[in-house]
Amino acid sequence: MSTTTASLPLDWTYAPAPEKADPNISERYDLFINGEFVPSSDAQYRRIIIPSRETFLCEVAEAGKPDIDRAVRAARSAYSKIWSKMPPRERGKYIFRIARLLQERAREMAVAESLNGGKPIRESRDTDIPLSVAHFFYYAGWADKLIYAFPGARARALGVCGQVIPWNFPLLMAAWKIAPALATGNTVVLKPAETTPVTALKLAEIIRDADLPPGVVNIVPGGRSTGQLLVEHPDVDKIAFTGSTAVGKWIMKALAGTRKKYTLELGGKAANIIFEDAAIDQAVEGIINAIFFNQGHVCCAGSRLLVQEGIADTVISKLKKRMETLILGDPLDKNTDVGAINSKEQLDKIERYLQVGQEEGAEMWQPTCPVPEKGFWCRPTLFTNVSQSHRITQEEIFGPVLSIQTFRTAEEAIEKANNTPYGLSGGVWTDKGAKIFKVTRQVKAGVMWANTFNKFDPSSPFGGYKESGMGREGGWHGLMPYVELESL
Amino acid sequence: MNERVPVLKTYKLFIGGEFPRSESGRSYTLKDNRGRALANICQGSRKDFRNAVVAAREAQSGWAGRSGYNRGQILYRLGELVEGRRDQFVAELKQQGSSIVEARKEVDRTIDRIIYFAGWADKYQQLFSTVNPAASPHFVFSVPEPTGVVALIAPEQSGLLGLVSLLCPIILGGNTVVALVSESKPLSAITFSEVLAAGDVPHGVVNILTGFRSELLEHIAGHMDVNAIVYAGGKPEESKLIQQQASLNVKRVIFPKTDSWPSESAESPYFIMDTQEVKTTWHPIGL
Repeated sequence: MSTTTASLPLDWTYAPAPEKADPNISERYDLFINGEFVPSSDAQYRRIIIPSRETFLCEVAEAGKPDIDRAVRAARSAYSKIWSKMPPRERGKYIFRIARLLQERAREMAVAESLNGGKPIRESRDTDIPLSVAHFFYYAGWADKLIYAFPGARARALGVCGQVIPWNFPLLMAAWKIAPALATGNTVVLKPAETTPVTALKLAEIIRDADLPPGVVNIVPGGRSTGQLLVEHPDVDKIAFTGSTAVGKWIMKALAGTRKKYTLELGGKAANIIFEDAAIDQAVEGIINAIFFNQGHVCCAGSRLLVQEGIADTVISKLKKRMETLILGDPLDKNTDVGAINSKEQLDKIERYLQVGQEEGAEMWQPTCPVPEKGFWCRPTLFTNVSQSHRITQEEIFGPVLSIQTFRTAEEAIEKANNTPYGLSGGVWTDKGAKIFKVTRQVKAGVMWANTFNKFDPSSPFGGYKESGMGREGGWHGLMPYVELESL
Repeated sequence: MNERVPVLKTYKLFIGGEFPRSESGRSYTLKDNRGRALANICQGSRKDFRNAVVAAREAQSGWAGRSGYNRGQILYRLGELVEGRRDQFVAELKQQGSSIVEARKEVDRTIDRIIYFAGWADKYQQLFSTVNPAASPHFVFSVPEPTGVVALIAPEQSGLLGLVSLLCPIILGGNTVVALVSESKPLSAITFSEVLAAGDVPHGVVNILTGFRSELLEHIAGHMDVNAIVYAGGKPEESKLIQQQASLNVKRVIFPKTDSWPSESAESPYFIMDTQEVKTTWHPIGL
């Protein structure tokens, strides 16, 4: 590029490109129990808001103890009377139906997801919804093939699965939980997150429309106390949880002394390691995607950048330049790169970390992008002059905040990467194959991305080492947590 | 009266390839069914356990870095060595109350079990690995990797076979282990540690502690540098305590699915996966 073109006063402002499809969201949603929508026992409703506007979206029933009891009873009865007796092939066809119906309503689902969650429509449209569909499609096909899955053993369903999911990928997490559970012959009581129940309830409509036998899937929105009721319910055989490490630890404790099985997908603090011999521009794009995808509300986000000393200045200046071009704003605009923070509570938490980072001596930098007046927003942020002991290096922020450290040797990078109680994911950028294998083998994390980041696929297992959880979701490995193996 | 006076054996802990007494200086006296003193057994302390974890952590990455083929050979050699000490193991099991028939059977099964698991060391990876047909242009594969340092609370009744049946799947997969062995039948476990020392298992890969479960369990299950705990004690209240303590650092808690140690139900490659993590690696396909 010649200097003359570079100095042209370019205007990067894009014309608005709003997605206008009707998300088809009802004013009010009830609980989905035993195949129908029913009000909660105490007729309590929670106001759900649009985080990018701080306006009312809809109200959603809150499940209490009698409702959880009812849902678990429905799931138990559906399990013993219908689902466990159904030929696996028929079970599979129901799951295929869910995939298809979801596909047909993909566009409205994407809008609903972005409205409720705050994530850019580009992401909900291209990632959340298609991956959710693919997940149902993938596991549907397993239902009648389980005899080939576990050589020398017979896989038996567990029974009733209680599933608790987070607010960052509301529909996708529901799909991750429900699809393998159903394929292996279990029934489900699923609690969506407090702030983001809408797409799960729209999924409930789809499940109803798919004529899934009543009680096979029950969806019970609510807050933490609802989740607690489900976890502690004596007639649940397995708990699957995705969320924070703190809550994961509480669940382990709550389940102590019971025979319930559990899988946990918890927090992370992934190191994204970039070597001098990496394709720098490609890596910079990857770093941006690693931390700013879904506003950094991603358990596997590349929130720690480890950059080799010789290229640190180049990488940081390229990052800043790229961050200046990120478009922050209306999640429904197709040009938006960074959407709204999901809730006031989460925004407060992120802002506390921005404060702490500066107080501890790190240097904060943000682009100059305008921020809408209403709604919850956080500019993409990076911290330099960061040390290993800083809280912004050690703790999961769950926001668009990147801590940058440097290293000299691969050994040092690996040691820094592993110096955390977490172990969910990691990234490595280099042009050298041998280095990729050295690093990806030695970083203790469940998913390693080499020269890419934040890629997901239903056929690919996901889950953590250490305090990032246990068990895998996705792929052949994702069947294992939902079955009991009996030797032949 | 010229009969030779036999040399009695001192039973000690096995930590990092060495045979220390408990740092606490404590011991308990093991008695046979007639109440006669058999031996003084080290009453391992919490500090002994912590020392053993340090040794196990130190040894872990090197052990995991060995090839499966090599780990298999080392395990096989362990089987050879137990075979060579058959009579000693049989005698000790008898001392601890087994009949000669039972003792012989237990030692035979122990050797066979080691050989069975030795053969898995370079095969389970193929059984449990996948290449994932992702829809995007990426090469994606998933392989098992060792969880790390594993605490093993060995079965109380099956002092040799039970211990070895649980130990093998843990270490063949590249983990290192600290085992708290049977309180009432510790002799064969300690002799087994001498076999370990004589064989090619690197120092620190297996550490053997004797002592009181009631005293150590809470500490073991709560240790922040232990990644998994396998509990074969079978007591509900202890299981509960372990799970509570394990939550401190999200330890994997494994309750073995069998207690019929001689039977084939104690042999399965799926037991190896109990102390494995699955790592998925992505790389773009293109130029």
